Amino acid sequence: MSAATAKAKKGAPAAKPAAEKKAARIEHPGLLDVRDLKAYFRLSAGWVKAVDGISFTLEPGESLGLAGESGCGKTTAATALIKLLPENGRIVSGEVLFDGINLAKRTEFGMSKIRWKEISMIFQGAMNALNPVKEVGDQIIEPIRLHDNIGEKAALARAKELFELVGINPKRIGEYPHQMSGGMRQRAMIAMALACNPRLVIGDEPTTALDVMVQAQILELIEKLREELDLSFILISHDLSVMAETCDKGVIMYAGRVVESGSVEQIFNNAEHPYTRRLIKSFPNIHEKREMVSSIPGDPPNLLYPPPGCNFSPRCERCFEPCTSVEPQLTEIEPGHFVSCHLFGVPDQATQDAASADVAATDAHLAAALEAEAQ
Amino acid sequence: MSSTVTPPADAPAAAAPSGKTGRVCPEDLQKAQTGGSLFDLHDLQVHFPIQQGFFKSMVATQKKYVHALDGIDLQIARGEILALVGESGCGKTTLGRTLLRLEKSTGGTALYKGLPLNKFSEKALREYRKKAQIIFQDPYNAINPKQTIFDIVAEPLLVNQVVHSEKEKEARVIKALEESGLRPARDYLFRYPHELSGGQRQRVCIAGAVVLGPDLIVADEPVASLDVSIRNDILKLMVAQKETLGVTYIFITHDLSLAWVISDRIAVMYLGKIVEIGETEEVVKNPRHPYTKALISVIPVPDPTKKRERIILKGETPNPIDLPTGCRFHPRCPECMDICKEQTPTDIHLGGNHYAACLRLP
Ligand SMILES: Nc1ncnc2c1ncn2[C@@H]1O[C@H](COP(=O)(O)OP(=O)(O)OP(=O)(O)O)[C@@H](O)[C@H]1O
Ligand SMILES: Nc1ncnc2c1ncn2[C@@H]1O[C@H](COP(=O)(O)OP(=O)(O)O)[C@@H](O)[C@H]1O
Ligand code: SF4
Ligand code: SF4
Ligand SMILES: [Mg+2]
Ligand SMILES: [Mg+2]
Repeated sequence: MSAATAKAKKGAPAAKPAAEKKAARIEHPGLLDVRDLKAYFRLSAGWVKAVDGISFTLEPGESLGLAGESGCGKTTAATALIKLLPENGRIVSGEVLFDGINLAKRTEFGMSKIRWKEISMIFQGAMNALNPVKEVGDQIIEPIRLHDNIGEKAALARAKELFELVGINPKRIGEYPHQMSGGMRQRAMIAMALACNPRLVIGDEPTTALDVMVQAQILELIEKLREELDLSFILISHDLSVMAETCDKGVIMYAGRVVESGSVEQIFNNAEHPYTRRLIKSFPNIHEKREMVSSIPGDPPNLLYPPPGCNFSPRCERCFEPCTSVEPQLTEIEPGHFVSCHLFGVPDQATQDAASADVAATDAHLAAALEAEAQ
Repeated sequence: MSSTVTPPADAPAAAAPSGKTGRVCPEDLQKAQTGGSLFDLHDLQVHFPIQQGFFKSMVATQKKYVHALDGIDLQIARGEILALVGESGCGKTTLGRTLLRLEKSTGGTALYKGLPLNKFSEKALREYRKKAQIIFQDPYNAINPKQTIFDIVAEPLLVNQVVHSEKEKEARVIKALEESGLRPARDYLFRYPHELSGGQRQRVCIAGAVVLGPDLIVADEPVASLDVSIRNDILKLMVAQKETLGVTYIFITHDLSLAWVISDRIAVMYLGKIVEIGETEEVVKNPRHPYTKALISVIPVPDPTKKRERIILKGETPNPIDLPTGCRFHPRCPECMDICKEQTPTDIHLGGNHYAACLRLP
């Protein structure tokens, strides 16, 4: 498949010069606009507040990195965007505006028109979860046939095109997962995500289990595809270095919330949130002086019982008076650079009251839901 | 590779074991050298025969082997952290296992304090197991979830019958836990693994490894499954134990930037061989082998303003069954010359402790 055919299919114009592209972008309302999204999991003990009010935007053609420690809610956020949360998960509030349409409110039928065709996802660990007794090619063809409603022959041809596109010899279409290396299987997963010409692809830790060299190959491939197919990309990674290297924008999450977002330059060269700063310092940099990297004392909170106020307050060295009682709000401190920390202004009383009323309403709603299910 | 911490002249010839049969017995271990390097490996090979189907093996004229290690020359000093880096399948784990005598070499020599590892008697091996320990990547699977922390760390003491009273056992477990950063140890003794964080669980594994007072710990990707905020504490712990307990660490990792932070030396492996070795600073800042140069160029750094040229190699490490002729790296080498396909490079001394095996080097 060439870039041109991919675009023609969506009726998008052929490649434009960079300047023109940029101008066009400003007129657009943005491809994705996530507003105060909350997604919780129900357990018998209560609700796990895995994603507790995240906001960010993504322009067409942009790549955005979503980073944070294990358990901070990256995967939950991504699966909430495309409404593929596990059985016990649900979107509690907030909006996911894709091209101006609120996906959070869409029915399953409505989502089936968007999922894979407009937004697709490479799932965390999926390359190791391929069906071992089924040819990889077949596993790629299946979703194409399901979504594009085309015959077996056409689907096979398409799968071969996709293999070519992601750098696997199409002759290997009949191989089983164990005959392919990890890097090869990840390429196949990328092919699968591209099957229906989506505009936005979410990659959940696509290089985490791979060697550095294979990681570099996969990141290079993603970069190439993004350019050729004019894709937007959300790269989920716990490795900030990978985000620094491949993304335009970054979103740093901590315990279900966004603590900082902005361009990668803003995040890495001008980080303001105490957590972001510590997190960046815990990654070794071989181009700087050789020194022991620092760690962040303490553990992230249990999301069943998050602490009041700022989630990071129990571990924050700069914690002060309002931090343990008042929740900080995401504030724009320079164009495009957002920070959620009281050091950059404590919300006024009216904002605080509105926020607590909001939380109280959600909690009451959830408690009622739990009770109803218990009966 | 004669990259030496002690000059080769001092390197002991295979020491004469005392037993009549040429076997190394426990007394030899007790009397073993107190100076010199901890390990001397010379042209070490570990080849695994390939299991072939019945018919194939009947008609095959030649048995095939996986050349997991294929000519390792290495001396390991007492109390150093030596990092083994390289792509998956290059033989890092096999080298670690061979040092632990979990794998027997099929060629060359491997000496521990001058004694040939392959000649250890059963009893000597049992003695040796106390001196050489391993920590794995995944602290979740490495420990028994039904045992308390106390029982987990005490187990090696019981298996090896080295404690003679409850009191002694408790004292040693507490010491090991504290040395591994679980302080105060009494807070942890009667907890279960699921009541600990991932980092704490890895510390329990480390405590289990240090409780017998080993000379050597092979740490096979010990932080790969841990979060950054925790993994740095584990790295610090390894450095501290090297310094205070004099433990030699073999730090196996595919992440060169971690090796850069804590190791004294780095050995870069490719297809069963060490292609470059030297002091950490030297290897990272002044890599000389084309493979090392490529590996270092692709390490992501947490700084978007540092754009640099990345040397992305094509393909992946070939399987080590039919090795390429000449330089085994030649099919992927960006600097390959015609002679590389025929001639096998030997180790070139690049000054200090720095060696690399490439035909382009002077
Ligand atoms: N099905 C579920 N039921 C209950 N809790 C869940 C469920 N799935 C995830 N969680 C919890 O939600 C939180 C966020 O999990 P999530 O998988 O989104 O994290 P993540 O940032 O993707 O982590 P990782 O880097 O380890 O993949 C965690 O506390 C996790 O334990
Ligand atoms: N017991 C074994 N039998 C056969 N082949 C093995 C065995 N152990 C390792 N190998 C092979 O030896 C090579 C080196 O493996 P390993 O030491 O595990 O590499 P690394 O730790 O660097 O990934 C690989 O090709 C691997 O498949
Ligand atoms: S709000 Fe307070 S506790 Fe939270 S990060 Fe800022 S200073 Fe630290
Ligand atoms: S000997 Fe030749 S092929 Fe091998 S690393 Fe050197 S230049 Fe490359
Ligand atoms: Mg995840
Ligand atoms: Mg290994």
